[in-house]
Amino acid sequence: MNALSIQNLRKTYQNGFEALKGIDLEVKQGDFFALLGANGAGKSTAIGIISSLVNASSGSVKIFGYDVKLQRNLAKSCLGLVPQEINFNQFDTAKSIVLNQAGYYGIPRHIALQRMETCLKQVDLWDKRDTISRRLSGGMKRRVMIARAMVHAPKLLILDEPTAGVDIEIRRAMWQMMQEVNAQGTTIILTTHYLEEAESLCRNIAIIDSGKIIEHSDMASLLSRLHVDYFILDLAQPLMTMPTLTGFSLKSLGEKVLEVGVPKERSLNDLFKQLSAANIQVISMKNKSNRLEQLFIDLIDSKNTRGNT
Amino acid sequence: MSVWIAFRTIVRKEFYRFIRIWPQTLLPPAITTALYFLIFGKLIGDRIGTIQGMSYMDYIVPGIILMSVITHSYANVVSSFYSTKFQRNIEELLVAPVPNWIILAGYISGGILRGVLVGGVVAVISLFFAPLTIQNPLMAITVMLLTATLFALAGFINAILAESFDDISIIPNFVLTPLSYLGGVFYSVDMLPPIWQHISLGNPILYMVNAFRYGVIGISDVDVSLAFLMTGGFIFLLTLFALWMLHRGTGIKT
Repeated sequence: MNALSIQNLRKTYQNGFEALKGIDLEVKQGDFFALLGANGAGKSTAIGIISSLVNASSGSVKIFGYDVKLQRNLAKSCLGLVPQEINFNQFDTAKSIVLNQAGYYGIPRHIALQRMETCLKQVDLWDKRDTISRRLSGGMKRRVMIARAMVHAPKLLILDEPTAGVDIEIRRAMWQMMQEVNAQGTTIILTTHYLEEAESLCRNIAIIDSGKIIEHSDMASLLSRLHVDYFILDLAQPLMTMPTLTGFSLKSLGEKVLEVGVPKERSLNDLFKQLSAANIQVISMKNKSNRLEQLFIDLIDSKNTRGNT
Repeated sequence: MSVWIAFRTIVRKEFYRFIRIWPQTLLPPAITTALYFLIFGKLIGDRIGTIQGMSYMDYIVPGIILMSVITHSYANVVSSFYSTKFQRNIEELLVAPVPNWIILAGYISGGILRGVLVGGVVAVISLFFAPLTIQNPLMAITVMLLTATLFALAGFINAILAESFDDISIIPNFVLTPLSYLGGVFYSVDMLPPIWQHISLGNPILYMVNAFRYGVIGISDVDVSLAFLMTGGFIFLLTLFALWMLHRGTGIKT
């Protein structure tokens, strides 16, 4: 069964801006799905329509088979949303924010209290439950929103940039938590600007650009399309002249820093063999950017190039 | 019944909201009305004499109580719902399976609660200045509840349509306050010249104030059944209008 089915979804705002130009999207039950796109691509509009915050101009959205327009309350019961921006009452405590949300979903108070405790412990905020939320840090506020979205145990959880502005330690903890939630059977749709996050967490992916889905596939086959990996090499000695390595592209980033493009058909062994032959010693090596990021840029660029010609 | 849990949650949230900020919500009307009673009732009222056989103080008490109910039931909903909209925590309700009529009923109930509570506070303050014997408690309570409902609804509509904090103060300052003061709170319309008597009859608050006064001290300038009819009619119309706007997502959805 599909957790989410979108067909020919369009949205034109009152000012005439066409945010969605007929998108189709399917997310399978149990999936960990990445919805990526640049700012203004249409991600937030799509999420807004899925979560009933934005009225669609046309098209249909179904959550676990329930039509968002025709079976609105049933569809909403299946959905939990962590929005991009903080949208809770900052004068409420973390506890009351989560408890109120449970109430809106019709969860009786005694059960809501138990779930609130479970969710706040899950996001490591139980100790802060009675703190007025505006006194919490940015990362804590994001985690309050995650706890709030999970309190009614949704079957589909949409996380709209949940780790934005969160330090790396907490981000890693949140990744682990999201993976646990997904492992328990909750379908997750994640939007993020940290593409390494999408690459390491998600199994399937859609890329949206200018209101259209330009890519919709599984992560592995998408990444397999990447033809060149870029590496940064730290060298032991400064380079006097730029060496010529057959089959590899080179670019100097500093006296002792070299960027190497490694095509898929070439091996790293081959690279190091040629580097050794040129008497270049490498101290360390790292990826220039993560693979998905490279692919994302390539896709957007090639689409823009096609659009311009 | 899950929708009733949602309803109770909204009402509880609203109740704790205005209780938490009692120095802004409950204390000011106590001080303001104490001043009304002191200045208009005691100092000036003693020189006015009686109106329809009642002392001036006894005459103005019901009007001042109802004026407080009107102001605070309106203010509660307009400020609370607009803040909810402004801070975007309305999204908490919109993503949840809460029917629009429950959202409306929850906020209106919050407004009624505050209006009635403030009315109670003002009634207690009035006891320091005049004995309060209620002639027809059922009628007084019914009028108070209907009036609070009507103005809570009006506040809700104002909040939906408001696009800035300025917009939520325009109606209270330029419509509600003048209509309340000209609604026979401090005088009987019989005291006005004939032309102003006729103009006053176009003010809906006049009917509510007089119906409440009838419930409390047993005298009224207008037909009380007309007051019920008018208040009920307005409640019906404003409820439909508010639900229609919620259904369309006016001011809360794009």
